[in-house]
Amino acid sequence: MATEAEGLSFHPMDQFVVKPLFGDGPISWYTPTNATLWMGLTLLAIVALLVFGTRGRAIIPNRVQSIAEMLYGMIHKMVEDVTGKDGLKYFPFVMTLFCFILFANYLGLLPKSFSTTSQIAVTAVLAVMVFVGVTVLGFVKNGTHFLGLFWVKSAPLALRPVLAVIELISYFVRPVSHSIRLAGNIMAGHAVMKVFAAFGAMLLISPVIGIVVTPLSILGIVGVYALEIMVAIIQAYVFTILTCVYLKDALHPSH
Amino acid sequence: MFSLLQQAATTAAETDTHAAPANADAAAAAAGHGADATHAAEAAGAAAHATADAGHAAQSAGMPQLDVSTFGNQIFWLLVTLAVLYWVLSKVALPRIDAIISDRQGAITGDLMQAEEFKKKAKDAEAAYGKALADARTEAGKIIAAQKADIQKELDAAVAKADAEISARAAESETRIAAIRDSATADARSVAREVTAELVRAFGGKADDAAIDAAVDARLKGAA
Repeated sequence: MATEAEGLSFHPMDQFVVKPLFGDGPISWYTPTNATLWMGLTLLAIVALLVFGTRGRAIIPNRVQSIAEMLYGMIHKMVEDVTGKDGLKYFPFVMTLFCFILFANYLGLLPKSFSTTSQIAVTAVLAVMVFVGVTVLGFVKNGTHFLGLFWVKSAPLALRPVLAVIELISYFVRPVSHSIRLAGNIMAGHAVMKVFAAFGAMLLISPVIGIVVTPLSILGIVGVYALEIMVAIIQAYVFTILTCVYLKDALHPSH
Repeated sequence: MFSLLQQAATTAAETDTHAAPANADAAAAAAGHGADATHAAEAAGAAAHATADAGHAAQSAGMPQLDVSTFGNQIFWLLVTLAVLYWVLSKVALPRIDAIISDRQGAITGDLMQAEEFKKKAKDAEAAYGKALADARTEAGKIIAAQKADIQKELDAAVAKADAEISARAAESETRIAAIRDSATADARSVAREVTAELVRAFGGKADDAAIDAAVDARLKGAA
């Protein structure tokens, strides 16, 4: 992809490179990198909204507090609706996931920023956390009854082993789809924007072609950016609601 | 992954656009590394560095997300971030927002209950007012009736008394009038007698008292 056709330079994937913040040394596990920076900024943004935004504890909320309460209400309702009352114990965990993904997605939309949620390593950890947590919880809460999740009682007996295999595979594919869906969506949008941006420079190289291509690519960037604003919240929502659905399976495994 | 690295190494060697300084060495090392298929951890210091450089080179060739050398770093910082975030949310933010929302709910239900109570009080007050008004009306009616009866009694007594007085006065007047009339008649008779006696005497007759009395009486009887 590092081709430089006619002077246009395409580096749509450079934005995803993890770099050390200071110097240019090797990256060990503790090195502060751009990933560290943007995770930290995500954390600060969430604290600013949910902690500083609510410090007034007003009965009649101001705007920031309304937004914080809205986020709270949305996820609280989602957890309660999907998993039931007993799932509310895990609400802080779900809220942590949602806030982290939502804010990371939105901060990633800032120019020159680094999208932590576009990294497979990050989303895979999130998905594996959910997967392991839900599986352990399922066995702790229900014992072997949890395996009933794979034994479809409503199906004819002959079909059940087949279905069990399918269910088992789909169960283990969950973390894969869960993580790749998020990272893929965020990465694709950002990369497409970069490609459009590279075409935007066409006017500098060839005025004849550029007069058409440059405005089109700028329009393209605007369109994709608008789409990305939507994708940012939709993917955070999808990740969270799937977490709730998996949690529900762990708490109430009967089909 | 290894094919990616190899590709990266060759790209880095050819294009020299984005790779770090020790380019050729890195590419060579990475290529050798890929061919040997040895694990990254086993490589010696320089080789490890070269692998990292090759990883950098890989970014221009494929997906930087698949550069395993940064995974440890990202996972570590992600776990730190999530741990802090979870702590902040579960200890500070969520309980606070929960408290705010339940406070508001409490305030609203409290206000509603108070309003209900006030409404009930207002209704009670209205009923009490109506009852007091009705009581006052009946009381007033009673008082008026009693008063009327009293007045009537007094009036009756006064009228009776007045009547009695009037009839007494009338009777008295009657007797007085009768007396006056009697005396007037007697006076008229004595005057008539004297006048008759004088007339008889003036005509030279002899006044006979008995005859005169009889004549006067006869006249008076005729006049009466």
